[in-house]
Amino acid sequence: MLTRRQLLTRAAGLVLIGYGFNGAWAETPAPKVYRIAARRFTYTPETLEIAANQPAIIELTVTDVLMGFALPSLHLRTDIIPGQIARLKLPALPAGEVPFLCDVFCGSGHEQMGGSLHVV
Amino acid sequence: MQNAINRRLFLQLAGAGGVVWVTGCASTPGNTASADFYFVQLSDTHWGFKGAAINPDSAGTFPKTIAAVNALNPPPDFVVFTGDLTHISDDPAERRQRLKQFKAMAATLTVPVVHYMPGEHDASLDNGAAYQEFFGATHYSFDHKGVHFIALDNVSDPHASIGAAQLQWLQADLATQAKDARIIVFTHRPLFDLYPSWDWATADGAQALALLEPYSDVTVFYGHIHQEHHQMTGHIAHHAAHGLMFALPAPGSQPKRTPIAWDATAPYKGLGYRRVAEAKGSAATLTELPLQGA
Ligand SMILES: [Cu+2]
Ligand SMILES: [Fe+2]
Repeated sequence: MLTRRQLLTRAAGLVLIGYGFNGAWAETPAPKVYRIAARRFTYTPETLEIAANQPAIIELTVTDVLMGFALPSLHLRTDIIPGQIARLKLPALPAGEVPFLCDVFCGSGHEQMGGSLHVV
Repeated sequence: MQNAINRRLFLQLAGAGGVVWVTGCASTPGNTASADFYFVQLSDTHWGFKGAAINPDSAGTFPKTIAAVNALNPPPDFVVFTGDLTHISDDPAERRQRLKQFKAMAATLTVPVVHYMPGEHDASLDNGAAYQEFFGATHYSFDHKGVHFIALDNVSDPHASIGAAQLQWLQADLATQAKDARIIVFTHRPLFDLYPSWDWATADGAQALALLEPYSDVTVFYGHIHQEHHQMTGHIAHHAAHGLMFALPAPGSQPKRTPIAWDATAPYKGLGYRRVAEAKGSAATLTELPLQGA
């Protein structure tokens, strides 16, 4: 039994990925939404736990300069522009570690800027 | 037998002191004796880097390199720096200071012709603006004794892209060349996907390689990864050079691409430069010259 609040959250998720919501149940499960905040020269969190076998969206923000967020093993990337929310859609992933890194040169700590998705 | 003799000549040419090794790939040691000319590739000098555990002689390593190159006899026809002349500073004034100091020091090279190229440390924070103030264009081509040289910039765009405009320029530049022309390309980053997880790639490098593909005699020399590395993509040979400030680990050999610590028992280990001898009708001859013992 879903509460009204869970229902709204779910609806929001569906709208996010552009499926729309017309009051009826959609077949596709809404992706889970996760957040990562970037600044020179770290991501918070550096290890993000995400649920396996379920599509996800990572919402990325940055407080100082243009950054990148790249998952080379999945061939996925996005820019993160200050003042905007970047949304990266992830397919359902099996359990494991997926490393990410900043692929837009951002300064003296750029080479150390990375982390991983902990898919469980 | 012929090989043995040539190899001996080759070792003599390579200079006294230091270990000399000849790389495989498309290189043949014997050609050096009859070389038309040779040039020297210097890479990743990272002027301004500080870190005693990584390189306690960070101020002396570049002067030592310059002295070693100035001692080469006969001297090379030219020297090319394949980027990361300076180490990044987040302060634009300090960046210019480092570029200025580097330029003054490089001017003490007695080799009359020096070609410069930026690395991401020199150019990626301001799209190459400061670099260009000191060294001019970031991509260009020139001809020398029958070889067509092309310097490609894959660092001024912080996304590690060459970009549509420069690719168009490359296409037009290549159009002036015969399909069997001898072409040598200089870049900072690898044009192929060497190890994207460490950012050892060029976002649109495949497009540059596609433009080069119709040409039968193409060799690429690059830097960025601070170690010797040789790889073929199709018939195109790619050779990465040692760095001249710190060495980096082999691709994927450890979780992070952190510099290799200084070895007090073997100072300057992993740092070095390269001689490339060119002779008509044969592959380039590469000689890796370690700074250790130089
Ligand atoms: Cu580099
Ligand atoms: Fe470098």
